[in-house]
Amino acid sequence: MLAALRTRRAEDMVAGYIFLTPSVLILAVFIFIPILLALYVSFHTWSPASQVGLANAPFVGLENYARQISTSSIERTNFYRAVKNNLYYVLGVVPTQTFLALLLAVIVNQKFLKGRTFFRTAFYFPSITSSAAISLIFLYMYQSNGLINQVLDRVIPGYTPFNWIADPQLGATGLIHLVLRQFGLTIRTAGDWATTQALGLTLWDWISGPSVAMTAIMLLNIWTTLGTLMLIYLAALQDVPGYVYEAAAIDGASNSDMFWKITVPLLRPTTLFVVTVGIIGTWQIFDQVYVMSAGGPQNTTLTLAFLIWTRMRDFSTGLAAALAFILFGIIMLFTLIQRRITAER
Amino acid sequence: MATAQTKTAALPVETIPGTERPAWLERLIRVITYAALILLALAMFVPFIYALSTSFKSLPEASQPGIAWIPAVPTTAAYERLFSAGFGRAAFNSFFVAFWVLTGRLLFNSMAGYALARLRFPGRNLLFGVIVASMFVPGVVLIVPRFLILSQLGMLNSYQGMIVPLMTDAFGIFLMRQFFESIPVELEEAAQIDGASRFGIFFRVILPLATPALATMAILSFQGAWNELIHYLVVTGTYPPLYTLTLWLAQLRGTGFQVDWPVIMAGSMLTTVPTAIVFLMFQRLFIEGVSYSGLAGQ
Repeated sequence: MLAALRTRRAEDMVAGYIFLTPSVLILAVFIFIPILLALYVSFHTWSPASQVGLANAPFVGLENYARQISTSSIERTNFYRAVKNNLYYVLGVVPTQTFLALLLAVIVNQKFLKGRTFFRTAFYFPSITSSAAISLIFLYMYQSNGLINQVLDRVIPGYTPFNWIADPQLGATGLIHLVLRQFGLTIRTAGDWATTQALGLTLWDWISGPSVAMTAIMLLNIWTTLGTLMLIYLAALQDVPGYVYEAAAIDGASNSDMFWKITVPLLRPTTLFVVTVGIIGTWQIFDQVYVMSAGGPQNTTLTLAFLIWTRMRDFSTGLAAALAFILFGIIMLFTLIQRRITAER
Repeated sequence: MATAQTKTAALPVETIPGTERPAWLERLIRVITYAALILLALAMFVPFIYALSTSFKSLPEASQPGIAWIPAVPTTAAYERLFSAGFGRAAFNSFFVAFWVLTGRLLFNSMAGYALARLRFPGRNLLFGVIVASMFVPGVVLIVPRFLILSQLGMLNSYQGMIVPLMTDAFGIFLMRQFFESIPVELEEAAQIDGASRFGIFFRVILPLATPALATMAILSFQGAWNELIHYLVVTGTYPPLYTLTLWLAQLRGTGFQVDWPVIMAGSMLTTVPTAIVFLMFQRLFIEGVSYSGLAGQ
């Protein structure tokens, strides 16, 4: 009996290792070892175009990091431009998609609603389509002859159609700049502070807000992600017992009271998850930029992930590797800040 | 929903007259809710309908301003141009890569999931930690590392380079582990007494039971591999014969003065069709997958 148990144990051990080997090997070879390799490259000057092997690449210390973060250079300007664009993107998309998803989930969860399955399917459908295909469809809709411009042309008096993604003037103008312009404020009339340089950009440039082109990409992304987040909220709503609302109704709570004082607090763990996933995802925005705008117009849709890609394509592999770790750091930092803020409440 | 309703029914709730809304208001709220939802649902489909309509237009018609839902002179010219531009090859690549990614994940993820759920051996927690850690690496951070390792291994511009790195994923492993933990141990013990080995138990007893979980993973893997862009771009971005549909579509836009919108819309529609079919056939599994990811995240 004991001997049988022992062989059983030995067999489990062998089986355990064999069963885990393929997955662990793939993760090690294609995630962990490459990260160490990239860390090494980020401290060296190396390019796949040169004939020098990785092992003989000249060591440059932190230069690849410094040239992008601190040393005044064209690399630094592009880095902070990407940080700025990406930050507006994150701040615009994450709150909007989270709130809309929650609102939509609550509405779809209404007891009287018929055809819930249909609505759930309809809202989720965009999430399963290819980002490349959907980006191209939206790119067409954003053309001056495209659907969105043509509809606005008929609905808004005095609207002039323009290519939202590619127009070098209006497409590249920030939303905040657009609003300020209505009050007669431009970089020339705003005062001396506007032309002050900070990290390679003027202060005026920093406060631009997302450009029209970037906003167009934001709208596309909210449109595609909304359904997925709504489903996550719907799953969580199933666990909220109905009697909570009945009791609140007896106490005379209004619908908006119930939403803000019952639903929102009860769903806090889900919101935390949705926001975290949102932050991690939005800092990584790449596909839509690659397909639609390639960083233009005037670099206003240049994001960090896209900058990594262009640096790698231009054989600045060391800079690209360093930038990947900087982006990793930014994502961690933002996730931590968000956790801290939500934990304090 | 079911639980919520039964709980409500179980509690005798007194309704105080006056807190209830008047019937007309209640009706108005319902009408507005339906109207808003239907409008939004329409907004979800409009881009696809617009793209479908454009794919049957001639190039001059598609470049004109105006809103035409039905092509003035419907033509399949765009689809013909699409096939002469290399659509077939790209479609084959997409199917081929997605098939192997899916196969790999079904096998490797379920094996790993089973080991973590049922087998006891030294180093198990460490390996579990390694798999968990892989989930915390943001995808785009891997652009450079993946390029480096694939170039060192000589796997750039190859199917292996496109497929092998995607053949397992932590999410799928957890999905399977979760499922295996819900299978009663007695089933395995019975098989053990009959003298079956661990491998025999896994392949003959456990895997057949895991069909629902395997189906969920299969469709999520297919969809993921089919829609993937950046990984293929890194592996084979400069080698058109291996372009998948997503990569091929992205290049289709080109840099020419006049963009061939009907062709691009036709390509986008055909790229969407396979995932749309899979989705409409296995909706429930998609929705379970998403709900699982949400609950797992907490």
